[in-house]
Amino acid sequence: MAQPLVKKDDDHDDELEYSPFMGIEKGAVLQEARVFNDPQLDPRRCSQVITKLLYLLNQGESFTKVEATEVFFSVTKLFQSKDTGLRRMVYLIIKELSPSADEVIIVTSSLMKDMNSKIDMYRANAIRVLCRIIDGSLLTQIERYLKQAIVDKNPVVSSAALVSGLHLLKTNPEIVKRWSNEVQEAVQSRAALVQFHALALLHQIRQNDRLAVSKLVGTLTRGAVRSPLAQCLLIRYTSQIIRDMANHSQSGERPFYDFLESCLRHKAEMVILEAARAITELDGVTSRELTPAITVLQLFLSSPKPVLRFAAVRTLNQVAMTHPMAVTNCNIDMESLISDQNRSIATLAITTLLKTGNESSVERLMKQITNFMSDIADEFKIVVVDAIRSLCLKFPLKYRSLMNFLSNILREEGGFEYKRAIVDSIVTIIRDIPDAKENGLLHLCEFIEDCEFTYLSTQILHFLGIEGPNTSDPSKYIRYIYNRVHLENATVRAAAVCTLAKFGFMVEALKPRITVLLKRCIYDSDDEVRDRATLYLSILGNDGLVDTDKDSKEFLFGSLEVPLVNMETSLKNYEPSEEAFDVDSVPKEVKSQPLAEKKAKGKKPTGLGAPPPAPVSGFDAYERLLSAIPEFATFGKLFKSSSPVELTEAETEYSVNVVKHIFESHIVFQYNCTNTVPQQLLERVNVIVDASEAEEFSELSSKELNSLPYDSPGQAFVAFEKPEGVPAVGKFSNTLTFIVKEVDQNTGEPEDDGVEDEYQLEDLEVVSADYMVKVGVSNFRNAWENMDPENELVDEYGLGQRDSLAEAVKAVTDILGMQSCEGTETVASNARSHTCLLSGLYIGNVKVLVRAQFGMDSTKEIVMKLAVRAEDRSVSDAIHTIVACG
Amino acid sequence: MELPPKVKNILLLDAEGKRIAVKYYSDDWPTNTAKEAFEKAVFTKTQKTNARTEVEVTALENNIIVYKFAQDLHFFVTGGEEENELVLASVLQGLFDAVNLLLRGNVDKREALDNLDLIFLCFDEIIDGGIVLETDANVIAGKAGINSVDPNAPLSEQTISQALATAREHFTKSLLK
Repeated sequence: MAQPLVKKDDDHDDELEYSPFMGIEKGAVLQEARVFNDPQLDPRRCSQVITKLLYLLNQGESFTKVEATEVFFSVTKLFQSKDTGLRRMVYLIIKELSPSADEVIIVTSSLMKDMNSKIDMYRANAIRVLCRIIDGSLLTQIERYLKQAIVDKNPVVSSAALVSGLHLLKTNPEIVKRWSNEVQEAVQSRAALVQFHALALLHQIRQNDRLAVSKLVGTLTRGAVRSPLAQCLLIRYTSQIIRDMANHSQSGERPFYDFLESCLRHKAEMVILEAARAITELDGVTSRELTPAITVLQLFLSSPKPVLRFAAVRTLNQVAMTHPMAVTNCNIDMESLISDQNRSIATLAITTLLKTGNESSVERLMKQITNFMSDIADEFKIVVVDAIRSLCLKFPLKYRSLMNFLSNILREEGGFEYKRAIVDSIVTIIRDIPDAKENGLLHLCEFIEDCEFTYLSTQILHFLGIEGPNTSDPSKYIRYIYNRVHLENATVRAAAVCTLAKFGFMVEALKPRITVLLKRCIYDSDDEVRDRATLYLSILGNDGLVDTDKDSKEFLFGSLEVPLVNMETSLKNYEPSEEAFDVDSVPKEVKSQPLAEKKAKGKKPTGLGAPPPAPVSGFDAYERLLSAIPEFATFGKLFKSSSPVELTEAETEYSVNVVKHIFESHIVFQYNCTNTVPQQLLERVNVIVDASEAEEFSELSSKELNSLPYDSPGQAFVAFEKPEGVPAVGKFSNTLTFIVKEVDQNTGEPEDDGVEDEYQLEDLEVVSADYMVKVGVSNFRNAWENMDPENELVDEYGLGQRDSLAEAVKAVTDILGMQSCEGTETVASNARSHTCLLSGLYIGNVKVLVRAQFGMDSTKEIVMKLAVRAEDRSVSDAIHTIVACG
Repeated sequence: MELPPKVKNILLLDAEGKRIAVKYYSDDWPTNTAKEAFEKAVFTKTQKTNARTEVEVTALENNIIVYKFAQDLHFFVTGGEEENELVLASVLQGLFDAVNLLLRGNVDKREALDNLDLIFLCFDEIIDGGIVLETDANVIAGKAGINSVDPNAPLSEQTISQALATAREHFTKSLLK
């Protein structure tokens, strides 16, 4: 660090690159700083030394406290010099040294003198330096001068005081607030920047007084604000007011919209952009309000300035998330941006197009993107891959071309993160679109034939093991998997052995052949691979015994119930002794959100010991968790898991939330408990559920939590039986029971004796929406018409008085727990009627579509016409019952 | 809530991404290591682009970065992801033109290092604690290159020729060294 610039310049000859700071060294510069103490000051030399000091600081060199103090004291001597250039450097170095309070005293008088100097430059800079370094008590002493400076006729001085005020407001608000008269005067200044600074300060001073801010903005929006910066500021304040007002009243016409709209015709592009962005970000913006903003942004798209194009496409990208239709007019302009020199702009254009595109344009777009992909960096490619994945889920019919695109880019060069994004996307598509499965698996197989990333290979092998055996012709994957055993490193070989075993176990016809293949693996050079092969051979050899069959299945496909991290710590803590290691003693789930957990964990390569986890969704994680518990394994396929519902207030001693797992004829409550008391260990944690208000349910079994140490969440389960396929509802009251043991803070050991205790939790309700899975459809109209009209049931409901249509729409959607389609969940802010399209999957896997038409009269009385089509007429009926009861 | 436009940092790097002068106004990069890592990331990301005629722009780690190159000098101005790109661009343009004036059109690394004091002053006159102080290149250059100008003349009335005179004075000084 001491000699940062001594290096060769590759462009020129072999000469050393010239630099005035070549070989600069802190010690020497500090020595040089002694010239500040000379009785006869040489201003030029002093300036040079200060520049060197600044250079050192700038290069990241730090001064010790002693060094800094020493430099600071000698610098103060330089106030004797009348040289303006030197003075300017002195101001700069004082700010950089940020002296401590007792040192500040030394320069205060010099700076105060400069503050009252006739020289504007001295005044302006002395103010900025002083305000940077003083504390509250000194500030009161100079307050008078600062107030004067704010209204100084020289704009530089005035700006200096105003900007300093903005900084001081954070530390000494009560003092700065006293300046509002002067600041108010400065807002009227003719100097552009002064107006900007004054406006910023005035608003900060008054920001908690909503009325005053509104008045200020109201006046200024009518008057002429000179600087574009101040105008931008005004736009920000205006949109803030609009937001606040929306929360407090619901009158139809939006205030200040006209002002924002007029700013779209401002001569400064900065202001136009600010206004356009403000309009697009309005809550519940209507398409009529959006149009003028989109029009100016569209003009920006073809600007020669990259910054303008970037700003416009970035804004449109945001708009496309909520109002894709509004952006479609710009699609042609955006398509031309795909070839933009600036790759950030091109990527934004592509992702916007992917969001706004309709089903018919997908193919054309993919063609354009293919050319584009080859010349952008990985990080941009990842953004595009993510956009394509969501596009594919939006238009499932187009999976073929999208999948082809993904497999093509998978074959090209790319780094790990990029490849992982592609593999993840393919896996997601395979999971969500059954038709894409075989095709997708083959693409993955081809990829692992030539994959340099061990992590991805093992992930894919694991995934193949789960999905492959259920395909029409599992044997075609065997070749790819067995090739791994020959060609790859030990980690991949071990994973391949596992996958082979899974095929052998699931597909009876393949068993003999797999056995042959596994036998060859017994001679592998790696012991883990050999161990696995031997183990699986013995499992596959156990023919016909149903009991072992079930065990082996669990062994092969079941997941490790405990998080790997916990397992690792427990194993490390385990001391070899007579007592065998007990897996049950390992704490279970670490976090109540297994998804985030998996994501974070997925980053590091997984060890050999356990099969690596495939990329899973939260639902899969729950499914695995539940099927691993013997009591619940017989319940069949998990239909739906709710999101966690909190049963305790925040920051209580024990924090508990519950996840409702719905099965065909059972329901399981998963209580995620966290102990937040460091001095306690809870044991035998149980939840006692009183189902007296839920008549159709009867308690079947429960699974208690053995031990709940501090800050290490665990789960208790309670299972209920309910009539099959019936959406039974009810209310459950819960009590947490447990044994508390004090934990010695020094040793961390719990005491032997515990006390039984209980803790009242909030009630839990099972509602109809729990039996509905949100499933979107890409084309509601088609889906609607394909449903048998015979099963349609229509009825009308009065929803009473509501604040807005949007509220009513949300209420109905929530009660039904269905997915809103085609963006119909957003209601225009002043609409009198609205149609909302909903789709979902009802228990028993019955597809349901709902068309709900809302209307509001002048008294805000809302009526709804609800048309339901379902594959089963009884379900249509059930939906109406839900609405009628809700 | 921070409403006035904020600049997070100004960077002036050389053709290899090495620091010439930088100034940070935000706590996003608390240590020198973090700062250097950010500079390296910015430099690598923009290195291959051609930002010699127009101000270019990119996004990095939830920041918007506008940049412009001249010879072996790379100028960057960073703001938050919500920031108005055009405000940042006007700051960058102000900086770029002011440096151009102060270095008499010889905008390259050697001149910049020779006149590093002017560069530091330039930074100081453009942004104060993240707040835009001035974006007019003539005013900035005038204030930064004040040495020989009559100190009693009001700053805002300095013209380009005065600024150039200042610069010329500085040039002679550096030759005499």
